[in-house]
Amino acid sequence: MYSQALNERVEGPRIVEDPEKLAAFQARIDAEERIEPNDWMPEAYRRTLIRQIGQHAHSEVVGMLPEGNWITRAPSLRRKAALLAKVQDEGGHGLYLYAAAETLGVSREELYEQLLAGKAKYSSIFNYPTLTWADIGCIGWLVDGAAIMNQIPLCRTSYGPYARAMIRICKEESFHQRQGYEIMLALCRGTAEQKAMAQDALNRWWWPSLMMFGPPDTESRHTAESMRWKIKRFTNDELRQKFVDATVPQGHYLGLTFPDPELRFDEATGHWRFGKIDWDEFRRVLAGHGPCNRERMAARRKAHEEGAWVREAALAHAAKRRARERAQKIAAE
Amino acid sequence: MAEQPMPLWEVFIRSRTGLAHRHVGSVHAADAEMALQAARDTYTRRGEGLSIWVVPSAAITASDPAEKGPLFEPTASKIYRHPSFYEIPEEVGHM
Repeated sequence: MYSQALNERVEGPRIVEDPEKLAAFQARIDAEERIEPNDWMPEAYRRTLIRQIGQHAHSEVVGMLPEGNWITRAPSLRRKAALLAKVQDEGGHGLYLYAAAETLGVSREELYEQLLAGKAKYSSIFNYPTLTWADIGCIGWLVDGAAIMNQIPLCRTSYGPYARAMIRICKEESFHQRQGYEIMLALCRGTAEQKAMAQDALNRWWWPSLMMFGPPDTESRHTAESMRWKIKRFTNDELRQKFVDATVPQGHYLGLTFPDPELRFDEATGHWRFGKIDWDEFRRVLAGHGPCNRERMAARRKAHEEGAWVREAALAHAAKRRARERAQKIAAE
Repeated sequence: MAEQPMPLWEVFIRSRTGLAHRHVGSVHAADAEMALQAARDTYTRRGEGLSIWVVPSAAITASDPAEKGPLFEPTASKIYRHPSFYEIPEEVGHM
């Protein structure tokens, strides 16, 4: 979901890097060496990573909201336990990623502040509502499926802490996609009404899922640099095509149709060809005008503000205990 | 409103008895007890561990990657520290 972050300008003053250091850095990248936190790196590499990992972390955290919406209304205890575990995983993924970003010299508090102030973005997909239980199936199947497609190559990204976080995330993510597909399967094997619910959810989630890979390569301004630094290993369009090729047969197995009259199998190339994506919608949602942008941000702000006293109390309690231990030690001496 | 930063802890997990604790990542927490709980929730949701250590990140002293040349070079030339340096006739067999 997350390569969307690589398509914007990196802000900050232009820094002229030492050409010798830059060449040595590129040589390490070309030799497939991993870059570690205290190694020298170009400022633009650092900024790109902070922005991308930050947005990735924010996406995991905001991503808990659309699914959290259904925890209390899951149709069975089995589904409820699985959904709870999945949402908890997303929170954990957010934490791995914030920790990876922090190794680049930014604090979690700063990153979170950027999200709450609306300065940092998160994946456009989480600004769509979850109207029915079938939406939970579609999120697991399509949204997590698209995320996995994006994230597997990130396990080999050039920055060590990010790659290590992605390995953990990918291991956990495959349960997410399978539980989603299983929900879809149960609905499609159920009553006509249940199948119609599954079809309706697919109709609404298909195009936004394709947008998760970010703008087309022709419009993606920073792909070349990120590819050269091996932060990114495939272009947006390459990943999108892989996702479509993998997903269309799964949808047909469910007996569902895709909301794209131009979708057809191209015998010559072995790829599924799809119609034109509405990039205006994508830009609107990214700019803050999707169906749920305001609601999502309001929910995050509320959670952050209402949790502030807990964080303050925990710190105060720890400080008091440290002071008491010190006093006892001095008294004993 | 600038928020007071939560202390950072490094997390080490022993995945099986017989193996050493291994660094897995970090967590933020107000004190050691909460750091252990956060580490459990964050890094062991699928039975990854039997034991957890949390260490204040600030307590770790690390070598400087820029100094890795002078720090590690002395061992590079001491190939006689490796068994393959010594020639043993084949007739003697595995040693």
